[in-house]
Amino acid sequence: MDTADIKKPENIVYRKPALITDNVMHYCPGCSHGVVHKLIAEVIDEMGIQESTIGICPVGCSVFAYNYIDIDWEEAAHGRAPALATATKRLCPDKHVFTYQGDGDLASIGTAEIIHACSRGENIVVIFINNGIYGMTGGQMAPTTLIGMKTSTTPYGRDPKLNGFPMVIADMISHLDGTAFITRQSVHTAAAVRKAKSAIRKAFEYSEKNIGLSFVEIVSTCNSGWKMNPVDANKWMVENMFRKYPIGDIKDILK
Amino acid sequence: MAFKGAIEIDAQHCKGCGVCVANCPTGSISLSRMVNGKGYNYAEMVGDACIGCSACALVCPDSVITVYRVKI
Ligand SMILES: Cc1ncc(C[n+]2csc(CCOP(=O)(O)OP(=O)(O)O)c2C)c(N)n1
Ligand code: SF4
Ligand code: SF4
Ligand code: SF4
Ligand SMILES: [Mg+2]
Repeated sequence: MDTADIKKPENIVYRKPALITDNVMHYCPGCSHGVVHKLIAEVIDEMGIQESTIGICPVGCSVFAYNYIDIDWEEAAHGRAPALATATKRLCPDKHVFTYQGDGDLASIGTAEIIHACSRGENIVVIFINNGIYGMTGGQMAPTTLIGMKTSTTPYGRDPKLNGFPMVIADMISHLDGTAFITRQSVHTAAAVRKAKSAIRKAFEYSEKNIGLSFVEIVSTCNSGWKMNPVDANKWMVENMFRKYPIGDIKDILK
Repeated sequence: MAFKGAIEIDAQHCKGCGVCVANCPTGSISLSRMVNGKGYNYAEMVGDACIGCSACALVCPDSVITVYRVKI
């Protein structure tokens, strides 16, 4: 059987998700943001909730996420996505409401918003893209930057005496009673992508149960900010980021 | 049961990042020496060992790979 016989519509097993628009993503080649967008688009499509989903965009490289997933969106001020999500979900309790936030957005300028949304147990989903850096603004240190990691504002490596220690947000919020499901995933291999998708699906399903906030951290790469090629960035992530941010479920109140 | 696969790549929208190449278990995808309109060395299918596992497409951030699979 040659390639032409295989390439028939009935043999398609994977294609661009239906809810991913035709806009060319502005992300750097190999950036994790694009993969996570696909998973969110697939989950929303498979759950049949396109019409009832409202996403909240952050400030950061994913500021234009609304151009890429064909659902309703709001754009938040930097770090304020959980506050907008709170209002949106309370006013429209039948909607599926999620935020999509980077680590600068969520763990730095927006720390108060995320902590209190978790503490209040808002019935929203939070997708947290932890790439250990401020990607959009040129690779400055984030609260999640690893010790010793070089960034444009820690050119000799993050020194805890000067710059403090990395914040492990998912573990911190697991102690708040308002959180229902907390998991940490990645998207660097096919197996990891499948697991991350299941986790995102579970988070959206939990948000329908009104049992509190569901939080999916994706340990990600920013190959431009890290100054590596995309394949090396994935390796570096496995060897370094996973030590501080291990993959797996952290909390599930229904288990 | 064995599978045979094939992939189709939207070369003009590929960014040549190479994460698909690193994830293919059969070495059936590689970056071309040619570049697309954006100047990226786009990915292309090579040989006939593809098993249609979708690994390359799952990790592609730009959703440019379509995967076909048949049972043989
Ligand atoms: C109020 C305000 N302060 C600062 C900025 C500058 N700024 C834009 S994006 C960003 C950090 C983004 O980092 P992150 O959330 O990690 O997203 P990434 O780009 O890494 O995905 C900062 C500080 C801003 N836009 N608004
Ligand atoms: S700067 Fe980093 S996070 Fe932003 S698009 Fe590029 S690789 Fe992705
Ligand atoms: S992962 Fe996608 S964008 Fe990157 S080289 Fe492969 S086909 Fe091109
Ligand atoms: S479908 Fe699987 S075997 Fe075929 S090119 Fe992609 S990763 Fe390789
Ligand atoms: Mg970041």
